Amino acid sequence: MATPIVQFTDVRKTYQMGPVTVEALRGISFDINAGDYLSIMGPSGCGKSTLLNLLGCLDRPSSGRYRLGGEDVSQMNDDALSSVRGTRLGFVFQSYNLIQQLTVVENIEVPLYYQDRPEEESRELARRMAARVGLEHRLEHKPFELSGGQQQRVAIARALVNEPLVILADEPTGNLDSSSGSDILELFDELHAQGKTLILVTHDPTVGRRSRRTLRLRDGRIESDVANR
Amino acid sequence: MNSDFRSVLRGLTGARLKRAVRLGVKSLWLHRLRSMLTMLGIVFGVCSVIAMLAIGEGASFEAQEKIKSLGSQNIILRSTKPPEEQKVSDKGSQSYVLQYGITYTDVNRIRATIPGVSVVMPARNIREYAWNISRRVDCDVIGTVPWYPEMRNQRVASGRFFTDADMESRANVCVLGAEMVPALFPIDSPLGKHIRVGGNYYTVIGVMERLGAGVNDSETGGSGKPAAQRMFIPLETARLRYGDVLMRRRSGSFEAERIQLHEITVKVESLDQVTRVADAIKNLMERNHKKKDYEIVVPLELLKRAEETKRIFNIVLGSIAAISLLVGGIGIMNIMLASVTERTREIGIRRALGARRRDIVVQFLVETVILSGAGGMVGVLLGMSIPFLVTYAAGMKTIVTLWSPFLAFTISALVGIVFGIYPALRAAQMDPVEALRHE
Repeated sequence: MATPIVQFTDVRKTYQMGPVTVEALRGISFDINAGDYLSIMGPSGCGKSTLLNLLGCLDRPSSGRYRLGGEDVSQMNDDALSSVRGTRLGFVFQSYNLIQQLTVVENIEVPLYYQDRPEEESRELARRMAARVGLEHRLEHKPFELSGGQQQRVAIARALVNEPLVILADEPTGNLDSSSGSDILELFDELHAQGKTLILVTHDPTVGRRSRRTLRLRDGRIESDVANR
Repeated sequence: MNSDFRSVLRGLTGARLKRAVRLGVKSLWLHRLRSMLTMLGIVFGVCSVIAMLAIGEGASFEAQEKIKSLGSQNIILRSTKPPEEQKVSDKGSQSYVLQYGITYTDVNRIRATIPGVSVVMPARNIREYAWNISRRVDCDVIGTVPWYPEMRNQRVASGRFFTDADMESRANVCVLGAEMVPALFPIDSPLGKHIRVGGNYYTVIGVMERLGAGVNDSETGGSGKPAAQRMFIPLETARLRYGDVLMRRRSGSFEAERIQLHEITVKVESLDQVTRVADAIKNLMERNHKKKDYEIVVPLELLKRAEETKRIFNIVLGSIAAISLLVGGIGIMNIMLASVTERTREIGIRRALGARRRDIVVQFLVETVILSGAGGMVGVLLGMSIPFLVTYAAGMKTIVTLWSPFLAFTISALVGIVFGIYPALRAAQMDPVEALRHE
């Protein structure tokens, strides 16, 4: 069997809040294989966000090891982490997080911008990604001209454009009504069917049930790790 | 292979910089009004640097020209009324003959005893009316020697100056200052015409070139009157016509003054001897004149003083302009700090999508440099046009030196970098997690 794409080995994260030390993650170990569709669930304060930040290389673990695509990223410096985020990870946020002054196609291009891709190439890639999420006719629109569901699809296109190893989604349907939410979830199913590796953080059980595997957290520890269906 | 890699890297960073500039222009354009207002600080700073330097340069140029027209190798001695005599003459009703001033003996003494003196040029000033039939001009009649124009850096505009022959024959000829020509001869050329001065007729043989403003008062023997009008007659003619005693009638009294020479100009052979000769003349005059009835003007010393004044002037103007640029820079920094806070979320997004710290630094630094660079350019254009306006409206001479726009522009670009660094670093130091959470 191939090496897992994500390997967490006894990862801990503590925060120093003044005199109080908060243990957000108390030793977490799990693997994610290529093509997995994982949902991370749990009550608020259980360490979901912390785990997602670590998975997304936005933060470093206090101890333990995180291997992404076989490479230890747990002690990398800031520049190296930036480059890992730019080349191996795709982010989808609850509040879309599009850059308001850029058009749809420019928003999709942003990850490529920092990879020094030639302009025409990245423009072409961004167009293709927009077509893939069904927004080819909205390329020159600004985010505020789009509906929430459309904005989230732009964000997904942006997460796909750099062909990442893993796509991280943080409550991707949290700000959407149920119909556009289910559109987004269908898009995730499609991506999964195409062999993408997806990690989805949610507290919505219906969303969690659509994934292949659910990781439940409680008080900074893994409560359960079960395959769905 | 290594050099290939490096050249690729360089090409890419060039392209990236180009994109960064485009991005910067875009986000500045998004807040047009704010960007314009921020730029204004730099615009006025740069503009004031250039305009102030131009006005200062123009003013000091004029002052130096004025002094140079006296001749930097010259030492000028003038007769002045000693202060105690002035009091007496103010009493009015007495008839009194004042005797003071530089004498022909002084000229001979200087010529005989001081080495390194090439020409001593005596001149007499007499205030008279000059008439052309019914037109009248109040002017200074200057009796002087034929080489006067050459020594005073003045030129004859038309006709000729009088010669040694005119001098010896005590000819009734005169050369008019350009300033009095329009009043006496408004239509036709004055050359060859006759004018009447104090009962004598003189043939006009030449007209002098116009002098710069303010130079004339050095011709009036320090009387302080703004006598723009002057005419020249040969010194010997002046002696013959006027003698040594000047009569001035006033209401109810008259006063007479006996002055042999109003002014002498000593030309020193080389510049470095000027100070030494000036000291020698001072000594000589002090020994032979009991009263201080003369003054000594050394244009070279004036020139040095003017240069010193110019230096101080430039320092003062420079620091005022530097302060205004500083204020502009602080304005830019202020706005950029606000902009960084406002765009915290964007910074977080960009960081999450792979932007390194230095990419963020570049993004914000480019924006400040664009702001200050554009402001600098507008300032240069404004700053170069304002001196023309000043010259046009106020008649002041201004000189835009070649280096001042460059200097001002460079400073403004530097201001952009210096005041852009702190906000840019602040943007880059943000924690991506917190920046993403920022509302």
